[in-house]
Amino acid sequence: MIVRELELDLDAFAGPFDLLLTLVLKDELDLRELDVAGIVVAFIERLAERDELDLEACGEFLVLISALLELKARGLFPEEAAELADLEPEAAAEELARRLAEYRRMKDAAAWLRERLESEGDRFFRLGPAPLAPKLETPLAPQEPERLAEVIRLLAKEPPQVSLAHMALRFPPVSQFLERFRSLLRRRSRFDFDQEVGELTRVEQAVAFLALLDMRRVGEITIDQAAPFAPIRISGTDVEREASWTVRSA
Amino acid sequence: MDSPLRLIASNPLDQLARTLEALLVVASAPLTVEELAEAADDEPERVEAALGLVRERYSEARSGIVLEHVAGGWAFRSSREAAEACARLFEKPAQRNLSQAALETLAIVAYLGPCSRPDIARIRGVAADSAVANLSERGLISEAGRDDASLGGAIRYRTTPLFERVFGLESLSQLPRLDDVGESADAIRDRLHEVAEKRSA
Repeated sequence: MIVRELELDLDAFAGPFDLLLTLVLKDELDLRELDVAGIVVAFIERLAERDELDLEACGEFLVLISALLELKARGLFPEEAAELADLEPEAAAEELARRLAEYRRMKDAAAWLRERLESEGDRFFRLGPAPLAPKLETPLAPQEPERLAEVIRLLAKEPPQVSLAHMALRFPPVSQFLERFRSLLRRRSRFDFDQEVGELTRVEQAVAFLALLDMRRVGEITIDQAAPFAPIRISGTDVEREASWTVRSA
Repeated sequence: MDSPLRLIASNPLDQLARTLEALLVVASAPLTVEELAEAADDEPERVEAALGLVRERYSEARSGIVLEHVAGGWAFRSSREAAEACARLFEKPAQRNLSQAALETLAIVAYLGPCSRPDIARIRGVAADSAVANLSERGLISEAGRDDASLGGAIRYRTTPLFERVFGLESLSQLPRLDDVGESADAIRDRLHEVAEKRSA
């Protein structure tokens, strides 16, 4: 029987024993979470399946498990290891007995709780977040009537008129831009919108754009833009040019 | 003409008892006498007397609803004879599948609380993190300050009113005395000595 291949199925770990040891040594498994008694039980069960007593396996197991136990004990009582080492054997035994007794009492208390749970298992009751109405509270500090009146008087005062003068918008007529663009197109076959209106205010630019849309609507121009936010290219249509030619030749 | 259902034969506390019934049927957690008195706008002494009447009416074998004194207050629950029917319809998430580790941790917090995870680990010999997280999630224990006033201290835990309710306790003082449930330190010491003597023999 090979101890290292002992298959374990514990709460904190399932797999062969040697993998467990590797994980513990690499600090990837917290020894404190490990039920060492579970390993012992698994080993003894395996041992019991065989008729012969495998002394070599037992020896190896004892060495490994006691090392694990020591590691675990050190992990559990890091600051107390020194404290316990200083104790006389007699006192250490006392301390151990005290701790064992404490644990035993808690184990018994847990058993009592389990019994209680079973005997009280046939009680059903309504559960939910406490739906209690919030208590009426007066979180205000004591107030001086004089000051309150002062504040209310302040509220009653008519607020000063807010000037909207700076918000006035001036809209130039659309026709102004219509003329401007038409004369431009008479000189050039195409122009760049951004370049033409770059100097103007935002409102003027908007009106200029309206003029463009108007011209586009009647087919005077075509509008191109390679990509969103790219320069807007305006070019006169043939119809327009033909018309102007007709006008000129007439 | 219909007269109102007389649950309690004519008694000066009749009206108050009906009000308490109403409060208790709406509540999802036990209500203390003080809370009941405040809500009913009546004297605590009268509320206690009226609770006596309600309790008499709502008791095992008389009603499917039972009034019980639990977790420091008063609450309605199902009668025990209706348990099977209740179990077909309702789950008990707080106490379902409580592991041995969780129960031991719960016992430690109930008896020694407020106590921290290191305190629990010292007694049980294994880290208490997962058991504590599990019990907190179930609502059986909750945080109760830190080991020392400074921020660095370990969080301490204590049992909640839900714990008392699930285990049917009026209060934590109803837990049996530890000396009564466990083997004493002396008995264990004797056993240790016994083992030591056998080895040296």
